[in-house]
Amino acid sequence: MALSHLAASASRSSSLLKPLSSALSLRRSISGDNSPLTVETSVPFTSHQCEAPSRSVETNPKELLTFFRDMALMRRMEIAADSLYKAKLIRGFCHLYDGQEAVAVGMEAAITKKDCIITAYRDHCTFVSRGGTLLEVFAELMGRQAGCSKGKGGSMHFYKKDSNFYGGHGIVGAQVPLGCGLAFAQKYSKDETVTFALYGDGAANQGQLFEALNISALWDLPAILVCENNHYGMGTAEWRAAKSPAYYKRGDYVPGLKVDGMDALAVKQACKFAKEHALKNGPIILEMDTYRYHGHSMSDPGSTYRTRDEISGVRQERDPIERIRKLILSHDLATEKELKDVEKEVRKEVDDAIAQAKESPMPEPSELFTNVYAKGLGVESFGADRKEVAFLREAMHDYSFLQMEKSFYALSFIAQRSHSSVGTAHPVLIYPGLYWEDSFSTKKEEACA
Amino acid sequence: MAAIFQGVGAAAALSSSPSNSFDSKKFVFSPCRSFSVRKGASFAVVRSDGRVNLNPKGRRAQQLISNAVATKSDNAAASSSSKPGHELLLFEALQEGLEEEMERDPRVCVMGEDVGHYGGSYKVTKGLAKKFGDLRVLDTPIAENSFTGMGIGAAMTGLRPVVEGMNMGFLLLAFNQISNNCGMLHYTSGGQFTIPIVIRGPGGVGRQLGAEHSQRLESYFQSIPGIQMVACSTPYNAKGLMKAAIRSENPVIFFEHVLLYNLKERIPDEDYICNLEEAEMVRPGEHVTILTYSRMRYHVMQAAKTLVNKGYDPEVIDIRSLKPFDLYTIGNSVKKTHRVLIVEECMRTGGIGASLIAAITENFNDYLDAPIMCLSSQDVPTPYAGTLEEVTVVQPAQIVTAVEQLCQ
Repeated sequence: MALSHLAASASRSSSLLKPLSSALSLRRSISGDNSPLTVETSVPFTSHQCEAPSRSVETNPKELLTFFRDMALMRRMEIAADSLYKAKLIRGFCHLYDGQEAVAVGMEAAITKKDCIITAYRDHCTFVSRGGTLLEVFAELMGRQAGCSKGKGGSMHFYKKDSNFYGGHGIVGAQVPLGCGLAFAQKYSKDETVTFALYGDGAANQGQLFEALNISALWDLPAILVCENNHYGMGTAEWRAAKSPAYYKRGDYVPGLKVDGMDALAVKQACKFAKEHALKNGPIILEMDTYRYHGHSMSDPGSTYRTRDEISGVRQERDPIERIRKLILSHDLATEKELKDVEKEVRKEVDDAIAQAKESPMPEPSELFTNVYAKGLGVESFGADRKEVAFLREAMHDYSFLQMEKSFYALSFIAQRSHSSVGTAHPVLIYPGLYWEDSFSTKKEEACA
Repeated sequence: MAAIFQGVGAAAALSSSPSNSFDSKKFVFSPCRSFSVRKGASFAVVRSDGRVNLNPKGRRAQQLISNAVATKSDNAAASSSSKPGHELLLFEALQEGLEEEMERDPRVCVMGEDVGHYGGSYKVTKGLAKKFGDLRVLDTPIAENSFTGMGIGAAMTGLRPVVEGMNMGFLLLAFNQISNNCGMLHYTSGGQFTIPIVIRGPGGVGRQLGAEHSQRLESYFQSIPGIQMVACSTPYNAKGLMKAAIRSENPVIFFEHVLLYNLKERIPDEDYICNLEEAEMVRPGEHVTILTYSRMRYHVMQAAKTLVNKGYDPEVIDIRSLKPFDLYTIGNSVKKTHRVLIVEECMRTGGIGASLIAAITENFNDYLDAPIMCLSSQDVPTPYAGTLEEVTVVQPAQIVTAVEQLCQ
């Protein structure tokens, strides 16, 4: 029933930009199918020290529709986060990714969950593309227990270990050596997987990147450094911060590829190419030419260092979602109404997730002291007088200030020495002590023996 | 959180009376006295115990009460036009200090991320690039290690750079430069090079900024020999300390706090600096010495109101100089009250409080009637969730309890 046998039989190098004739088009359901489709990227790749991959990307209707849905979801999520921030439900720093969705979505399409991704603080959408749920996103942004980091991390610290998403980092550029370390571990374990270490054009001027790149090249690590070049490092344009803003070339001896980061299919092609390259030849740099519509963060209006015309110009001409929409419509894979329905669905999903996240409670006060250290041997200490610790533990019971679960936690307390109950005063925090509540009684006996 | 700053009468005590016999209750309840400025005075160094170095004419300054927040002082606002000095916010005070020093000395330059065209992420350097040009207000790429090192290198030749870390936490990337070059070069070169650099930036726990952006670097830097550290807390001392830091031949690390930038105060029109090594007597008292700095000063002053109501008379000192400590002022206070409470935002382990306890114990142990109490932040990475973040940091209620404990 597929009409695109035509497409499949067309040679790889021929471009297929024109829509297929409507006489041969058969309406297929919105979910699409896997019949192959070849699309050309918006611009050819520019390469440095390597041969650029072909402009023709293999895809299929299902994938395109997934792209559309995922990007619409991310876009909606970021806009919702904007509103939540203005409503003061999200506080602190919030860096939004709208405009750059194609990078997250295209990358994910080219790799598996066994490959690692690590990025900086603009991580909400990357987290979602790695399998994070909307509830985890909004709950974390609002600092609730249902968040991916239990509310303790915040916007800049999203992680998802089971799908190899390593965060989520606030210090600019610090994630790149980490990423090269991930690649080292992959090579060490002979996983045949790769790591994508993302950073921005601002971070590209950090020295630690070049250090990590040198080591990765020396050791042939499967590290792919991806520069998400949105052309502004907070308020500083790329040409004011970098002598050579051709970030894909700055690896010098490391090959590089410049990609149109607003074209999800180009991103997919480049990441596929990079993965193959990295597994064989070591590190490679990808530069994604992308754009963020919002300012650097919610406290930056985003218009003092660039014109509104520029922003709306990019939105009109290069918006990643619009590109996929046009592609879908021109290939007759869905009607406009169906796509609008998808957007409505997505909006509802986001609203539901927000409502659910709002119901999630704030973390318990005892959570302050969990996860400072991992449970283990040796990281325990008692008060100067071990008996005191027992007393205080009982005192804390009255307070229900701390969860007395089998969790390892740091205790800070005041010794209300002469009183058996804590009374009405708030605990004053003096010296922290750590102990493992479980084994305390036995240790106490040992100590007093 | 804004509630903390309202109604806090941070009384910076500058008194003309040499006997220092204040009616401390008056201080707390009537914080709105005016400061009469002698016209024509060009320079005044304000000392922490209230003495003011005066012009030769001999007329003494009246008491200067620096109200940390102008919003509450409605009675003062009525005659604001006739009051001397001008009102501004803390970040504007810093900017004024910077601007005046840059005008005064052409060797002063500013470097940092987004300090120039953007105006600074906290607007401290707003307008400076337009006024002084790109070579004196330099927008650096994001490369803290390098531009801090470059600042230090420039300082070695005699330039006087003011390096901004957009958040103090980012200066961890420049730790090697600060420790080895900034701190030690004067010594290792046998005195040939001085490093008149000022490294400034906001630090401290803000409003849910996350763990990496809520760090208190004063604990990490305090061991570095050769540097000075100061922490500003009011617009008055912000401007004064900034100017003093720029004029100092020694490297100064200037700690600002993210939550204090919008404090409003009336400061004098004329040129003044604050002594870098002196502590500030915020509120004289008799029962207990409370040592604090930066944002915790406001928590302490809020607790002080409660304590005064309960009949206690705390003496509050803003230590301002984190390295070296002003042990003279602190010592005098300890000798008077015999009880010490330290309230700080550093973590308990290895913080400023820990060093202060050691210093006071070593020097004034005989004068203490009770062990020194230290309230610090918890030894945990600052969590994002608002409720947890509040528990991480010392709150006024805890200060009240601690004083009650101490004065039993």
